[in-house]
Amino acid sequence: MEKLYTLLVYSENIAGILNQVTAVFTRRQVNIESLNVSASSTPGVHKYTITCYCTEEMVKMLKAQIEKRIDVLQARYYTDDEIFLQETSLLKISAPAVMENPEVCRIVRHHGARIVEVNPTYAAIEKTGTTEDILSLYEALNSLGVVRQFARSGRICITRGTREQLDDYLAEREKEKHG
Amino acid sequence: MKQNITGSEALMLALQAEGVKTIFGYPGGTIMPVYDALYDYTRGDNKVFNHILVRHEQGATHAAEGFARVSGEVGVAIVTSGPGATNTLTGVADAMIDSTPIVVIAGQVPVSALGTDAFQEVDLVGLAQPISKWSYQIRRAEDIAGAVSRAFYIARSGRPGPVVLDFTKNAQTERVDFKAEKVDFVRSYVPYPKLDAASVRAAADLINSAQRPLALVGQGVELGGAQDELMAFLEKADIPAGRTMLGLSALPSTHPLNVGMLGMHGNYAVNLKEQECDVLIAIGMRFSDRVTGSLKTYAKQAKVIHLDIDRSEINKNVKADVAVVADCKESLPALTALINKADHSAWRESFKPLDEKERIMVIEPAIHPSEGPLLMGEVVNAVAEATQGDAVLVTDVGQNQLFATRYFRYPKRRSLCTSGGLGTMGYGMPAAIGATFGAPDRTVCCFMGDGGFQMCIEELGTIMEQQAPVKMILMNNNYLGNVRQWQDMFWQRRKSFTRMMNPCYELIAKGYGISYDIVTDRIDLPAAIERMLVTKGPYLLECAILEDDDVLPMTPPGKSIDEMQLEIKNDK
Ligand SMILES: Cc1ncc(C[n+]2csc(CCOP(=O)(O)OP(=O)(O)O)c2C)c(N)n1
Ligand SMILES: [Mg+2]
Repeated sequence: MEKLYTLLVYSENIAGILNQVTAVFTRRQVNIESLNVSASSTPGVHKYTITCYCTEEMVKMLKAQIEKRIDVLQARYYTDDEIFLQETSLLKISAPAVMENPEVCRIVRHHGARIVEVNPTYAAIEKTGTTEDILSLYEALNSLGVVRQFARSGRICITRGTREQLDDYLAEREKEKHG
Repeated sequence: MKQNITGSEALMLALQAEGVKTIFGYPGGTIMPVYDALYDYTRGDNKVFNHILVRHEQGATHAAEGFARVSGEVGVAIVTSGPGATNTLTGVADAMIDSTPIVVIAGQVPVSALGTDAFQEVDLVGLAQPISKWSYQIRRAEDIAGAVSRAFYIARSGRPGPVVLDFTKNAQTERVDFKAEKVDFVRSYVPYPKLDAASVRAAADLINSAQRPLALVGQGVELGGAQDELMAFLEKADIPAGRTMLGLSALPSTHPLNVGMLGMHGNYAVNLKEQECDVLIAIGMRFSDRVTGSLKTYAKQAKVIHLDIDRSEINKNVKADVAVVADCKESLPALTALINKADHSAWRESFKPLDEKERIMVIEPAIHPSEGPLLMGEVVNAVAEATQGDAVLVTDVGQNQLFATRYFRYPKRRSLCTSGGLGTMGYGMPAAIGATFGAPDRTVCCFMGDGGFQMCIEELGTIMEQQAPVKMILMNNNYLGNVRQWQDMFWQRRKSFTRMMNPCYELIAKGYGISYDIVTDRIDLPAAIERMLVTKGPYLLECAILEDDDVLPMTPPGKSIDEMQLEIKNDK
């Protein structure tokens, strides 16, 4: 059965790893739904958060093939109940429309979105949440024809587990290096 | 520590520190500083390296592969940037899929010119990444010691593979204080996974309960140097073992538990018995589609134990009931300690009638024909007999490869160079050159087809210059025979561009000053082979082969392996 999986991949901070990671998905014909790359809390370690729809069998294979790349430290996969997750989005809305239509403000408030800036031409709105939250706001505003720009980030997440798997791995490797 | 030397000399010292003695290469603009340094390191009192000038960079990579296969060391190729670098990619991909440790060092434009489409600039790291174990660009002379040692460590450790170093020209000329490094740890890379005692126990339990166990031996055994450990394991529990094409010399073909070659053109009994065994023990092999046939029906009745050093092979093609992820040099003895002595002679006996059927229907007619033109099988068999199993077999790709691997003998380990996973025509001749340097004391016999012979034919120049003692057996059927066989079997005999006009190979051999002989009549075959073997140096023996012989047995592609055919039913 296909499900949405979130892969957390940690690698050394070396150019060209992103290519190697995405190539694994391409070869296995799995579409990446979202991708976020950033520094991790460990200095010199990069963190990739990747979501995709596939079977568990497939995600296991993806994990193994990503970990096989020499500069990848660790790859793990999670379902949504195993992580805290967020996405963020920004919307640009024409200001006159906001003035003319009180519905716009009501929708923004109702969705718990934040108005970041207003000026005579536009309002900038920020909304953080799940994909569904964000799309629901976007669709509501878009149906009023007021959205000029819409941008949505990839997913970021932290795990719910009590152990920090990357730290464990690095500690283990450090021991092996000296042992 | 050597102070204030060029990056190119630092490369020499770094290669020396890795124990490199043989380099296959081809010079060009962006690698000239390295070639200038090589000048001093390849002659006189200072001679460290034997540099073999190939005739095409693809040849350098295959030669490095052949060298690595027979010697167990890392093969090295040095080439220039741009076309020199792209010419190596076939060899890199070949080494990747067949787990062959090579290091390719390519020149690159200076860092200042990167990304400008400078003359002979290609993004080699980008091109090589998906087909190499590791690719890295050396941008500064200070990085040489670390990068080179890391490259060799990665190439040879764990599941071996090709590493590509993209060596910018400025790093070759910059001055640096060189101190050799010895990399044996990369924190993101775990080449030897820790053996898990519970999975060994589980595997042993399965084996101990087995009535009809069957082992599938792959190249992993040879790469792990676990040939003795394998025999001890098989012998203790009396387990018959088939070998993959790349694993053919991992278990002596004379061993009583050897039951032949797996796969599409392997042996009949073992293919059928894969569908009958109750426990399948895969050791250092990857369940390639050429071995399994249709996965939908493959060994469904069996519990599968998979021993491999590469975790990503587990459950990739065939689901394992028990996976033991470790170097088989370690996992096999651990397993042997836990398994019971057993006697499976009745099970092993049950292979015999099928073997006999294959012998009568396929093998005898192939190796002892009494009339008609020469057959590949009889040529291979005659060479195998004449060399008494002492020789290294190198093959090209096609029918010549399938007949050669089937009918050669492998009493000694590390006796086979063949392009298994990629099926690279043109591999044979350069790989054989490499093998003569990797195993200088052994006879190297290289079987090629008329197609593949011409795909790296330029390496005849290397053979000539080095007097590399390659015994080339050209099995000329005037066809791209393997494709022709498929056309006959599956494409209504429409022979679309598989018939080939051939040159006069005698004249070609003559041009290169290589001894040549041709056999058209089987009466002359033994004497011709004898002359080839006693002649010092390279030799080309052309055999005029029946044009439309077919390799049998055969499991048609996509079919279940129990549908293996001993004859072609829709006869021509
Ligand atoms: C580089 C490359 N191109 C094409 C093929 C496809 N191919 C596989 S076998 C074969 C025929 C080989 O002909 P030949 O070398 O004469 O060997 P034969 O089968 O006749 O023994 C071809 C074209 C290949 N394996 N490699
Ligand atoms: Mg041919």
